Amino acid sequence: MTFAPACRYANVRENHGTVKGMRYSAFALVKQALQGNRGWTPAWREPQPKPHYDVIIVGGGGHGLATAYYLAKEFGVKNIAVLEKGYLGSGNVGRNTTIVRSNYLLPGNEPFYEFSLKLWEGLGQDLNYNVMLSQRGIINLFHSDADRDAHIRRGNAMWMEGVPAELLDRETLKKMMPFLNFDHARFPIMGGLLQKRAGTARHDAVAWGFARGADRHGVDLIQHCEVTGIRRENGVVVGVETSRGFIGCGKLGLAAAGNTSVVGQMAGLKLPIESHVLQAFVTEGLKPCIDHVITYGAGHFYISQSDKGGLVFGAEIDGYSSYAQRGGLATVEHVMEEGVTMIPGLSRVRVLRSWAGVMDMSMDGSPIISRTDIDNLYLNCGWCYGGFKATPASGFCFAHLIAKGETHPAARFLRLDRFERGYPIDEHGAGPQPNLH
Amino acid sequence: MTAYRLPEGGLVDRTTSLDFRFDGTRFKGHPGDTLASALLANDQLLLARSFKYHRPRGLVTAGVSEPNALVSIGSGARTDANTRATVAELYAGLEARSQNNWPSLKYDIGALNNLLSPFLSAGFYYKTFMWPAAFWEKLYEPLIRRAAGLGRAVLERDPESYEKCWTHCDLLIVGSGPAGLSAALTAGRAGLRVVLAEQDFRMGGALLSDSTAIDGNSASVFAEASLAELATLPNVTLMPRTTVFGWYDDNVFGAVERVQKHVAQPIAKLPVERLWRIAAKRALLATGAEERPLVFGGNDRPGVMTASAIGTYANRFGVAAGKSVAIFTNGNAGYRTAADLLRHGVGIAAIIDTRSDAPAVDDLKDVRIIKGAGIVDTMGGQRLGKLVFERSGYEEVIACDAIGMSGGFNPVIHLACQRGARPVWSSELDTFLAPDVGGGLSIAGAAAGYYTLSACLADGAEKAATIAADLGFAVTADEAPAVGEEVDPSFTTLWYVPGAKSKAFVDFQNDVHARDLGLALREGFGHIEHAKRYTTNGMATDQGKLSGVNAAGILAGMRGVSPAEVGITTFRPFYTPVSFGALAGTARDMHAAPKRVSPLHGWAERNGAVFVEAGLWHRSSWFPREGERTWRQTTDREVLNVRENVGLCDVSTLGKIEVFGTDAAEFLNRLYCNAMAKLPIGKARYGLMLREDGIVYDDGTVSRFGENHFFVTTTTGLAAGVLSHMEYCAQVLWPDLDVRFTSVTDQWAQMSIAGPKARAVVQAMIEDDISNVAFPYLSVGVVTLKGGLKARLFRISFSGELAYELAVPAGYGESVADAVIEAGRAHGICAYGLEALNVLRLEKGYVTHAEFDGRVTPDDAGFGRMVSAQKPDFIGKRLSTRYGLTAADRMQMVGLKPAEKDKTIRAGAHLLKDGAKPSTINDQGYVSSACFSPVLGHDIALAFLKSGRERYGERIVVWDRLKNEETMAEVCEPVFVDPLSAKLKV
Amino acid sequence: MASFISCPHCGIRPKEEFTVRGDASVIRPEPDASDEAWHNYVHIRANPRGRTREHWQHVFGCRRFLVVERDTVTHEVYSVTDGGSR
Repeated sequence: MTFAPACRYANVRENHGTVKGMRYSAFALVKQALQGNRGWTPAWREPQPKPHYDVIIVGGGGHGLATAYYLAKEFGVKNIAVLEKGYLGSGNVGRNTTIVRSNYLLPGNEPFYEFSLKLWEGLGQDLNYNVMLSQRGIINLFHSDADRDAHIRRGNAMWMEGVPAELLDRETLKKMMPFLNFDHARFPIMGGLLQKRAGTARHDAVAWGFARGADRHGVDLIQHCEVTGIRRENGVVVGVETSRGFIGCGKLGLAAAGNTSVVGQMAGLKLPIESHVLQAFVTEGLKPCIDHVITYGAGHFYISQSDKGGLVFGAEIDGYSSYAQRGGLATVEHVMEEGVTMIPGLSRVRVLRSWAGVMDMSMDGSPIISRTDIDNLYLNCGWCYGGFKATPASGFCFAHLIAKGETHPAARFLRLDRFERGYPIDEHGAGPQPNLH
Repeated sequence: MTAYRLPEGGLVDRTTSLDFRFDGTRFKGHPGDTLASALLANDQLLLARSFKYHRPRGLVTAGVSEPNALVSIGSGARTDANTRATVAELYAGLEARSQNNWPSLKYDIGALNNLLSPFLSAGFYYKTFMWPAAFWEKLYEPLIRRAAGLGRAVLERDPESYEKCWTHCDLLIVGSGPAGLSAALTAGRAGLRVVLAEQDFRMGGALLSDSTAIDGNSASVFAEASLAELATLPNVTLMPRTTVFGWYDDNVFGAVERVQKHVAQPIAKLPVERLWRIAAKRALLATGAEERPLVFGGNDRPGVMTASAIGTYANRFGVAAGKSVAIFTNGNAGYRTAADLLRHGVGIAAIIDTRSDAPAVDDLKDVRIIKGAGIVDTMGGQRLGKLVFERSGYEEVIACDAIGMSGGFNPVIHLACQRGARPVWSSELDTFLAPDVGGGLSIAGAAAGYYTLSACLADGAEKAATIAADLGFAVTADEAPAVGEEVDPSFTTLWYVPGAKSKAFVDFQNDVHARDLGLALREGFGHIEHAKRYTTNGMATDQGKLSGVNAAGILAGMRGVSPAEVGITTFRPFYTPVSFGALAGTARDMHAAPKRVSPLHGWAERNGAVFVEAGLWHRSSWFPREGERTWRQTTDREVLNVRENVGLCDVSTLGKIEVFGTDAAEFLNRLYCNAMAKLPIGKARYGLMLREDGIVYDDGTVSRFGENHFFVTTTTGLAAGVLSHMEYCAQVLWPDLDVRFTSVTDQWAQMSIAGPKARAVVQAMIEDDISNVAFPYLSVGVVTLKGGLKARLFRISFSGELAYELAVPAGYGESVADAVIEAGRAHGICAYGLEALNVLRLEKGYVTHAEFDGRVTPDDAGFGRMVSAQKPDFIGKRLSTRYGLTAADRMQMVGLKPAEKDKTIRAGAHLLKDGAKPSTINDQGYVSSACFSPVLGHDIALAFLKSGRERYGERIVVWDRLKNEETMAEVCEPVFVDPLSAKLKV
Repeated sequence: MASFISCPHCGIRPKEEFTVRGDASVIRPEPDASDEAWHNYVHIRANPRGRTREHWQHVFGCRRFLVVERDTVTHEVYSVTDGGSR
């Protein structure tokens, strides 16, 4: 099996600079255990901000940290800082449903997400940090002829990019997942589209792995440093005002999804973004019972089981714009309704915790990795529901753009000006109304 | 034997015995017991294995915060995994099983992990399992996954039912302990509509286990009397077994009532759980406080519990946790437990007080009190036998069979902090309190930091009086009940008992011990949220109820700062776990969504239709006749019959909207991209509606019945969306236009009568002349059926045949359809369904939402010339001219015919140039719809192909990699039958 | 978002009777306005952190489009007015 089309992006990778700090391995684990685990050193430094950096990334979430990591490691940029207003990984990288996949329909998306999945597949080794990628497969169920045809179209679009996909019929699904609602479903299950290489990863570990990797390549990770203003002179950005004072920079990259509009406004950017709240849930820990990531085609429900045993699931956004990291009870109920409709046996499973993240919902449901009208200001936003799986490629492509000033081929359609120019990437065909995507 | 049922006392009904089983062994308990108290009374100390190290565990608490004693209750599809034994109400026949062990609770192989624990330090999995790469997926990850979880979910269909309710009140009181009860009395007497919710099956909270006297009686008698009074007040609703789990906007609270979780055989007509949304003008949290465990070496051995739990088991359940109980305390509360136990005749091994300056207590003169000391280890395998304490560098071993730990108190502020408010540190109380969260919610009693009974009673009454006054109710001051002598609840915090000789656990279930927190800090995960995520402290089923504040305190100590600076992790719903079933209610299975049926559904059923889901609708899909074995046979027959004779199809599900007003024409002209203003009365026109971004939104027909009266149809799927869109345009964009409209989808039964013989059939039914001259193609009008019924007739066609759509009021639908079939019998009429409809439209190249997928412009689908250039404005006009929407290389709709007639083309296949390698860049387009054309005898398809209209005649590869099929096809015009539309106009 | 919306026509009703359409602060430009004006209208959103105006339709009620002025952080609703009465 070959994955030629996506591999073409991977060969630009080089290794710059020296890596500092402790290396993780089974050997290190044994050695440390025998010394009472007293010898472990910090995963990253806590540096004071320097007066000036070549590149500043605003946002110490998954995408910001990945960007800094790849800037330093792949593109040889030396003097980088990541500014984070909370703690590292305190945004959506730590509050998603951990799904990793590349089963997209449109040519603007599929190569990008496949590039990302390729990066995922070597990420643990690359970072020297086990992000616990679990390629258990994702199955998108479908419930009507029209739905089936749309999935066939998508599966073939994936294959066009060299991404294997399989169409499963009802009988196969019955054998694989007898717990699905085959007998009493209001919307009978007709089949499903399987991407075997999709799965989940441990979300926090992704943030920490990139943070540690970036730090080992000399990036300054500055926590509790809120950007309050973007200073411009002669039409270019010269630095940022922060809660810890002014910090100068040569280039500025924004990776603050959820708060993109707020940060963008500091530079006068007008953006095709609305912030929406998406809730997610986890059940009490259960012995393994759901082996795949499964999505419900007659609704928006998706579920998988974490390595700790909790069933992690969610559905659609609440639908109104919000910056509050909490959602409403009606949406909670709706998510559960979809859950028991798809898997009746969930009925007695107890839900432990709900949480919510603020999504950058873009006008076509697809992300933006782009330069802006300001020469040295770069933008990474609009991840909608899909930011987690994109983390490595988002970081890689954004780093590419910042370092080289040119768009990475995998992200060449994700431009900010696509709306004006009439090239939306509308995976759901829902049009410029963010809460429909 | 160590734990036992006391000879007397407690609120259990000793006259009745209840049989139950745990891991197959039979035990007896009493009504009023929890599973935990009954097991303890039977000296069953070992109840569970911890998550990571599989350490033997017993009870730690007597309530909702229990981290250890999780069991599976019930059997088969009625199994409830991970149920806390401490809140499970005992009933006769209860079956409980321990979890997370193999082969048995006593001998558990998983306990090997305990020996390996140095290698399994916090976050160990992030640092290894990476080499060789393939081993992660094949070996390591499956191993980790197998170890996952505690209980086993059966995932079988739940036989029980659930329901949801709303309730409204002036005041919701959460918790029926001293503060909650006294608040309820004050508010209830003042006339407020009060809901008093209590998670326990017995109301009274801490009053049920407090030995302090009130008005000369025991506290539980006071609780009984208060509840009896409240029960007489019509404005007060008592809700036992009801957990308020979440606080949402507008002071709406989510609560779940366990209606029948405490019975062996639920009554079928009642739900087992009921979700309440409680809309409360005000809410008062009287949720009490949680006693803190002390973090010392060996603090997880079965027999070590919080002192308040030991007190509760003794006072409320009449169960002694041991015969010789040691109390380990850093405050005065532990002494009260000791006094309670002595009163019950239980021996006290010693009181070990971490304070050197602990005050003397008179009534414990005979008890050995060791001040300035700390327990550093425990011994005894699977049940506690001895403790080791250390004082001034000397160690001593004391025999004991239970330890009550009393580390101070944490107010239960969960609900108050669910909506973004951060808890604030109180250095006075050495714990986190809820901040002022605003007018809707107040906090009373121990939850507000008042730890004595008298203070709780007073605070509850006072807060309720304030709320009542705020809401305009007159409150009469009642005399406060007289409370007996109370213990000063002060304590001197000790977050971590130094000198631990074995693991000192912070989070029991997840096996997080103090050193794990130290490791997290050392590795840079000292932020409380990082520490939580790195060590999993607070992520177990108790969500940090016991461990959260201790972890903050320990981290603060290690970092050398105040816990105020460390903070505490975010509280989020649910306060305690809630079942999917309760939250989903009745919306499941066939009730997941409403089912819509056409007014002709019965007619279709009588004619043998097979139905198919189409959104919410059930539509007739094909009408098999005897001898037909597949849907294709039926569909082919139906199609050919329509092409040769005539057929009747139910099209009632199309969205139908009546539009009136002097500006109706102008309104529709702005709504559709093609011209509508000059549509003549009595005519219909195909209409294309765009979104504001220039992409096709929906299509349908527009018919004009009068100067100011139109009738428009939408596709079935977008009927609701189009109506809403029209309302938006009329109300918000153009409020000055005089236009009114309403949906009449359900008011009309509409049938399409199509085929060369359609006129003969329709004419036979109606009075009016519908000859081609009198009623040409695209005519519409009101006609009179023979018999006098007024109907609407539209000469429109979705099959390419001579066709009429006949609309009658819904109630007449079935009779009229029968009459049509009768009138058509001589002409060979047949009923045809959605499948045939689809083939007929495909043969003619008509589009549906398979083509209009939300990314297609009118020009893409061949409607470019229809878009009015003259109109100054319509929805979508401006953005439809964007470069990308008019580019020459866009995919355009074409037809496809297989090069070899017997080859299949499937919708969803993609298109490649002959000889091109499959790749996203080479992708030329896709097949949107395909079918077998019985008229042509081969497959046909509609497809979207880059610059397609320039490519008629090209041979192209239809690439269906999912099926491993490649088919050569010829690109053609997207019309396969009657390209000049001659048949339409005869 | 609030659990209830006070519809000016129907009174206080549960939020579930309403559907949200989106930003009510953008005004549809005149047909001959600039390309940029039209692009801004269709695609660009102020997306304020704080006070915002949003269109909600009382779908299971009077079917009027309402302008709900509210806070995107606290979810407090300041006012609800009919969308046709600017």
